[in-house]
Amino acid sequence: MSPSRESAAPLTKPAPLSVTLRINGESRTLSVAPWTTLLDLLRNHLDLTGTKKGCDHGQCGACTVLIDGRRALSCLTLAVMKDGAEITTIEGLAKGDELHPLQQAFIDHDAFQCGYCTPGQICSAAGLIAEGKAKTREEIRELMSGNICRCGAYPNIVGAIEQAMGGGR
Amino acid sequence: MNNFDYVRACDVAEAVKMKAATPHAKFIAGGTNLIDLMKYHVEQPRRLIDISRLPLTAVEETSAGGVRIGALVPNSTLAYHSLIESRYPLLASAILAGASAQLRNMASTGGNLLQRTRCAYFYDVATPCNKRTPGAGCSATGGLNRNHAILGASADCIATHPSDMCVALAALNATVQVTGAQGERAIPFADFHRLPGDRPDLDNTLRADEIILAVVLPPQGFAANHSYLKLRDRLSYAFALVSVAAALELDGGRIGEARLALGGVAHKPWRNEAAENALRGQAPGHEAFGRAADILLKDAKHVAHNAFKVPLARRAIIRTLTQAASGTPQIQSIKTIR
Repeated sequence: MSPSRESAAPLTKPAPLSVTLRINGESRTLSVAPWTTLLDLLRNHLDLTGTKKGCDHGQCGACTVLIDGRRALSCLTLAVMKDGAEITTIEGLAKGDELHPLQQAFIDHDAFQCGYCTPGQICSAAGLIAEGKAKTREEIRELMSGNICRCGAYPNIVGAIEQAMGGGR
Repeated sequence: MNNFDYVRACDVAEAVKMKAATPHAKFIAGGTNLIDLMKYHVEQPRRLIDISRLPLTAVEETSAGGVRIGALVPNSTLAYHSLIESRYPLLASAILAGASAQLRNMASTGGNLLQRTRCAYFYDVATPCNKRTPGAGCSATGGLNRNHAILGASADCIATHPSDMCVALAALNATVQVTGAQGERAIPFADFHRLPGDRPDLDNTLRADEIILAVVLPPQGFAANHSYLKLRDRLSYAFALVSVAAALELDGGRIGEARLALGGVAHKPWRNEAAENALRGQAPGHEAFGRAADILLKDAKHVAHNAFKVPLARRAIIRTLTQAASGTPQIQSIKTIR
């Protein structure tokens, strides 16, 4: 069904490419294959394992990071395409020992059970707050729909985001 | 993913030249669909040409009074752009009905037009699929086909086009500006996507050497009377079973111009001229809307698992036209359908 190995071979032998990213405030230059996703670069090359690999197909949101301040899926992002970009992961949100307001809000609201989706939820919520489009619980729910929580902690996740937005109950 | 090499185009002319020189290469912009397809080995390009840094990111008014949307404008930027929110709210609404906030931040305008069907057999390289491998056969026809087409399908393919944005663009009579080895041309939106016929491998009429530059909206935006209603298996972040874009011009209690486009039902955003003609000159209401729905669905054909789509589409058409006529469009964050 799929093209033969020969026809799918690269046109030239792909040399590792140099990519420079500013990750959580620190400039990092790495040499990666063109097919390296940002998610694999973070986890496998930099040991930043806070960003989770859930579905690896853009369906669950566990790999959400901020690219130049906008939330995006690192599993569907080729690292080489983001040369020069600023990346913020869950590891970059706290200021030293001081938790990011969203991290504190997730604890306050018990907004997780197993925790696997939480880094993606929090990065996505940081993007949502920066976008400034969600005002109501309904709008938070709709604009967080790209982050699946199989434990079903949604009501508390919405509550945590409301608190971090300053409209906390 | 297969191994491939990577080049970055600096301007449109260079991108076109790179593509013409390497037939097995693919353009990549947002990558939200292409990388997914590559992970499933549905797409195995030998080279990716990165066009994400080309200067095609403007949303600007045209001298004709319309709006020109650069091919690399992200879906989210477009949905929240003041010109689109104020003059083409149908388009903004349709975009926000699709995908998730993260994907809308990544996905480009041109890429949205070029996304492939989400037919599960197209994605599964272990099953025959005429769209993936012409002549291999269609697994969906005798398989699980609840999500598949009820209009315009062929013996070779019953896949649907997955876009929400394109349904609104079809209703708005947009045009697609492209350029390639033979120069620039403008493709009317209705002629951009195609029906499967015996070539379901071809989703659209873009030539292999061409690149999308922009999508151009005509002046009429139907800001007062429009609605986009999307019905799906969960309330957000799912592809449409049926979606409807409706746009009306109301003139002293009568319908003037009328536009009706459906998603989730065919290989392309579905419009029917006779159904729109049947609305013009009529008083807006259940009777006229039902008649238009009946005309549009007259030739609907279902397969084993999607018969429900025909009555669902009829009711969705009537409801969306009612929302449009009363100036109360569906709000995508509020799940109650009024």
